[in-house]
Amino acid sequence: MYMYDWSVITRNMDVFIYGALKTLEISAISILLAIPIGIIFGMGRISKNKFFRLISSIYVEIIRGVPLLVLLIWIFFVLGQFLKLGSYWGSIWGLAIFAGAFIAEIVRSGIQGVPKGQMEAARSLGMSHAKAMTHIVLPQAFRRVLPPLASQFIMLIKDSSLISIIGATELTLDAKNLVATSFRSIEVWTFVAVVYFIMTFSLSLIIRYFETRLSKSEA
Amino acid sequence: MISIKNVNKSFGAHHVLTDVSLEVPKSNVVALIGPSGAGKSTLIRTINALEPIDNGEIIVDGISIHDKKTDINKARLNIGFVFQSFNLFPFLTALENVTISPMKVKGLSKEAAEKRGKELLASLGLADKCDAYPSRLSGGQQQRVAIARALAMDPHVMLFDEPTSALDPEMVTEVLDAIRKLAKDGMTMVVVTHEMGFAKEICDEIVFMADGKIVERAAPDKFFTNPDTQRAQDFLSKVLNH
Ligand SMILES: Nc1ncnc2c1ncn2[C@@H]1O[C@H](COP(=O)(O)OP(=O)(O)OP(=O)(O)O)[C@@H](O)[C@H]1O
Ligand SMILES: [Mg+2]
Repeated sequence: MYMYDWSVITRNMDVFIYGALKTLEISAISILLAIPIGIIFGMGRISKNKFFRLISSIYVEIIRGVPLLVLLIWIFFVLGQFLKLGSYWGSIWGLAIFAGAFIAEIVRSGIQGVPKGQMEAARSLGMSHAKAMTHIVLPQAFRRVLPPLASQFIMLIKDSSLISIIGATELTLDAKNLVATSFRSIEVWTFVAVVYFIMTFSLSLIIRYFETRLSKSEA
Repeated sequence: MISIKNVNKSFGAHHVLTDVSLEVPKSNVVALIGPSGAGKSTLIRTINALEPIDNGEIIVDGISIHDKKTDINKARLNIGFVFQSFNLFPFLTALENVTISPMKVKGLSKEAAEKRGKELLASLGLADKCDAYPSRLSGGQQQRVAIARALAMDPHVMLFDEPTSALDPEMVTEVLDAIRKLAKDGMTMVVVTHEMGFAKEICDEIVFMADGKIVERAAPDKFFTNPDTQRAQDFLSKVLNH
């Protein structure tokens, strides 16, 4: 029978903490890059400019159709060769490009979810299309996209475990190495699951807190 | 003040406005009435180019609205528009709804815009509602905020597309009173309305539309007692008897 030895966790707590912090760091940088990408291509999807619209659709459809793992490997081995990205920036850009496509769809539906009358009212008051977008439509779209954007961030934290495949240091890779030296795979992977859950669940609690505050301020 | 010349407009194969021409002199109030689907909303929306036209010309305050060389954002400053469904900005307070465009478009200072906004809201009986969000206001109050919002740009012309149709009956009066006051002050207005009594009382002219055409134009007294066309007679007997 397998004898559990949980001391491998306590003895290596610093490894887990370091890994978790790296995971959070990489996820946070990725989402910060993914948001502007998503805003640009999300607006591109509904742009009047045909070329911009086409480019945006191609980007979104390709990324949605390619598994993240394949995308990461491709960016690392193909793009990374030319751009000398390394595993750290290679994985950050991979995650950002991946999440960016989903955020683009969130942004698109957020803007389209604002009733048409809002744009019309703003235009009838003399605002240009750009001003109406900036001052009237986007602030309302922003409130709509916060919840799906937050789930995207949570997804990203989980998805970041895949970058261990291209050798970026984070929680999952640290765990793999620890298993290789300690042979305590059940204990290590169980604890890793717990750590991911703690990170994502605390994030959802924080997000829920801000959502209630936001909805209160408007009611 | 408003001059509409031979305007045509289609939605796809559906011809919605056919050769529409109409003059509205300064300080006149025109009621646009007619059955559902007649093209009233479409016509009034072409006057500030919310709706493009296929051909013809619309001149407001000397500016050709649909001319490609016209800066439509400037032209719209002269034209206030009030929607059936208010279209207030839900994330802004009543006062902010009124001040945002003067500040962002005309570059007014916050103080100046708020001073004017408060005056306008007060003149419409909303002095105590400045800080309320639209969701906390009744329909009648929301529509009066929308009127204040349009007036804050100092338009020379006001357009109303069924301003009271979305309101509970007890709130219709307060909105009509606001429009009545504007009429008294000499504002040039086009009002799409189903309020026949109101149209009769404040309008200088009734324009009756059906099937995308202006079928009859007459002074209110004449129109409501003795319209020339059969279409208008049929329409009146329907709306006045129900
Ligand atoms: N965006 C649009 N696309 C296609 N058809 C439209 C559009 N807007 C209006 N129409 C059609 O144009 C015709 C005129 O519509 P319009 O809204 O101007 O009528 P209306 O006189 O304002 O009617 P109501 O009294 O019901 O408001 C209708 O047949 C309508 O279905
Ligand atoms: Mg209509």
